[in-house]
Formats: sequence, structure tokens, C-alpha cells
Amino acid sequence: MSPDMKQGRLIVSEERFALTIKRLCHHVLENHLHPEDLCIIGIQERGVFLAERLQVQLIDMLRGKPFHYGKLDITFYRDDFRRRDTPLKASTTEIDFLIENKNVLLIDDVLYTGRTVHAAMAAIQDFGRPNKIELLCMVDRRFNRHFPIKADYAGIAVDALDEAYVRVRWKELTGTDEVLLFSGQTD
Amino acid sequence: MSASQLSTKHLLGIKYITKEDIELIFKTATEFKDVINRPIKKVPSLRDVTVANVFFENSTRTRISFELAERRLSADVVNFAASSSSVSKGETLLDTVNNILAMKVDMVVMRHPAPGAHHFLSKHIDANIINAGDGTHEHPTQALLDAFSIQEKLGIVAGKNVVIVGDILHSRVALSNIFCLQKLGANVMVCGPSTLIPKHIEALGVRVEHDIKKALQWCDVANVLRIQLERQDIKYIPSLREYALYFGVNKKLLDTLDKEIVIMHPGPINRGVEITSDVADSSQSIILDQVENGVAIRMAVLYLLASKKA
Repeated sequence: MSPDMKQGRLIVSEERFALTIKRLCHHVLENHLHPEDLCIIGIQERGVFLAERLQVQLIDMLRGKPFHYGKLDITFYRDDFRRRDTPLKASTTEIDFLIENKNVLLIDDVLYTGRTVHAAMAAIQDFGRPNKIELLCMVDRRFNRHFPIKADYAGIAVDALDEAYVRVRWKELTGTDEVLLFSGQTD
Repeated sequence: MSASQLSTKHLLGIKYITKEDIELIFKTATEFKDVINRPIKKVPSLRDVTVANVFFENSTRTRISFELAERRLSADVVNFAASSSSVSKGETLLDTVNNILAMKVDMVVMRHPAPGAHHFLSKHIDANIINAGDGTHEHPTQALLDAFSIQEKLGIVAGKNVVIVGDILHSRVALSNIFCLQKLGANVMVCGPSTLIPKHIEALGVRVEHDIKKALQWCDVANVLRIQLERQDIKYIPSLREYALYFGVNKKLLDTLDKEIVIMHPGPINRGVEITSDVADSSQSIILDQVENGVAIRMAVLYLLASKKA
């Protein structure tokens, strides 16, 4: 990790992070009274971390009532293929249920330009015709959209300039769950 | 962390790519195999790419496999067969290809009877070139799909014993397979009549065996090749009947082995010559898996080369 990574400002602490996940789950359940039609789908790679947290929490809250859980890789659907300098690497898609007439909830960590979500919507429709597609994200960067896309559920809204950078850190990768805001370019 | 892009912008032969390249192609092909088994077998990755399939030699399965791979990646495809073109009017290879490229084509998939035709072309044009067979030299995508099928069946290629049976002298599949399997750490043997085994092939680090039974007993996988009568200008074998008798793979022969080996064939099969129907259609045979994997491997190659801007 580069040294300026360390200078990021903490905007969601570990304690709040857990509460936010709980709140998001309650909000989702409020809108989905029939969880058997709900398909939680994490967008590879970082959306899957959030989707896994939600899945664990929802299993607990629903006390055994089933819902669907999957992972979606959008590499082959991206619109910046052949236009970017760093090549894209594919991950696994695991959707072993039918999404026909189901309610799909796409999960990503940061909603920024909306291009990832746009590609994910194209990808998910290759699996069938869902009744509805919703979007849940941990961070909603409201001022930086390139597409008319909005989140149905957001952990925190961040109004930052294009130069700023928001990073969601996961316990699995760095030891703590937290969201950091950096003023300049990192990575 | 493994590589995320190929070391080359053309696929001219297995000899010129690295082990990491092969592993990346396999990993990408695994994802594409998942795609082609979905209800909608298509992704938009190459929607702004045009591919020309230029075939100066006959081909059915390779051309169809490439064309399907291109279409499933949403590329625009043009097909060109030498028999129906100005090549028969005396146009040179470079002129033909440059004319196609002038129509804004990004990638060229070519089969040509002259070994090295793709190398020549790669020095003169900008598009990505994929070798779909050059004479008796290389057929890289076939070798990739063969090794991928072995990996899928046995879990790993490294350390496995693979015998290539048949007309090694005229086979581009054999040469590409030898390079590919060796790069992945397999032990390779060739088996066939001495007239159809190239001299000094041991220099490539392969074993040579003329007794089919010993070869099959040694191996985990037998890749059985077709006798390419169309490439044989003189008599290398007395008759097909005699070849079938001494080198044909049949059920009786396999029953004498103390293990079950995997049977492969790149097609087209001459049933009753190099392989009998009861072997080709048995559960040991992964011939149709090879065909399915061919599309996934070619999608992976096209996808990865397209991301290397020409």
C-alpha cells in the first residue's frame, strides 16, 4: 500500500460500519416481505464482501426463511474494454438459480460513475427477465455520476470532488471494516 | 499474483508464448465456458472489434469454432475462403490481407498452407494475428484446447504422461501439443510408424515409441491423430489397413492395459483407421469435450489479444 493511503480520513468507523449493515438489512426486508423472491447478488470483486455480510445478517434476521444469494462478474460487459491501460481480469459468476420474475438486489461497495452498475444490469439480463432490479451500496458518491442511476439503499452518502477517492476496507483484507476518504489520487 | 495480460499481441504458435500466458488463457476460458452454458450465450466484450477469418486451406470445425467464439463475444465477423477469392487470380498474401485490413479489420484469424505465413504477416501488418494452422508447423488453439481438456479431466497437466499417436511428421497439432504440454510440465511421447516420426524429434525432449501397446501402457492420456493422406506426397505406410492393424487404437487393446487411460482426438476421425468406434464413443473418450472447450479457448484467446491494443 502506498504511503499516502495512510493519510485518508475515517468517515465510517468499525462500530458504525456494523450498525450500517444492520440498518441496510432492515431496510431491505421492509421492502421485501417475500424473501423467497429476493436475489442478493454481489458484484465481483469488492461488492461480494458487502453481499456476504448482508447474507450472514439476513440469514440471522429471517430465521431460516430462504432467499437467493449469488455473485456476478461483469468483466466481459464493461464498456471500457480496449480503452483502458490496465487490463481487466475475469472473476467467477455464481448464479445457480433462476432470476426470472424474481427481485434482484445488486450489491456494490461504492457507487461512483454508475458504469459498473450499468454493466451489471446488462449482465444480469442475460440470465433472464427479473421482475425488478434494485441497487444497494455502502457508499453513494452522489456528485460523480455518468449515468442516470441511483441507489435504492445506501450506507453513507459522500459528496466529494472527482479528485477525491473513497475506499471501503474489509476485515477479510485489512483487518478492520471502515470507510476512508482520500483527498488526492491513490492506488 | 498471476499475470493479467498476455506477453504477446499475436498468437503465432505455442513456441512463442509463456507458461503464464497458457495459464491465463485457461483461467479466462473457464469463465467463458460458464458463459456458453448460459441461456444467453453471448457477452458484449468485442462489440467494437471486427475479425476476419481468412482460410487459405479447407477447414470446417476450426472455422466454425472460431466464428462461434467471435459471435459469442459480439464481434463483427467476415469470412474469407481462398478458393472463392482473388487469390485464385494471382494476388499475393500481403495484398490480400492489406485489402481486408483497409476495410478496418482489427483481428485476423488465418489458416495457411505455408509454415511461417503468420510470422511474415505479423511483420507487415498492425492487426492482431491468430494462427489457425500453418502447414505442418503449428496449430496453437488446438493444442491449448487439448491441454485444457486434459486439465479439466485430470485436474492437472504437470507430471502426466501424454502420448501422441499417428502421423507426427505432417501434424501441426502434434508440434503445438508437444510445446504446450511440455510448458505445462507433462511428459510427452510420440508413437507411430518410423516413416511418420520426424528425424531428431528426441531433440525436443520427447520419447519415441514404435510399439502402440507399450506407449498406451506408459501413458495417462492418448491423443490419437488422423493419418493425413492429403499431405502425403509419397507412400509412408503400405496401406491404411496395415496402419490400422499396427497402430489403430481399439477396445481390445485398451482392455489389455491395467488402467483406464483418457482418449483424445482432434478430428476429423477416420473411424476404423486410427481409432475404432467403440473407443471413440466410449466413456474414456473426451473427444466431444474437446470440441466444446475449443469455443471457450478461442473466446479466451480473442478476448485477451483484443485487450492488447494492436
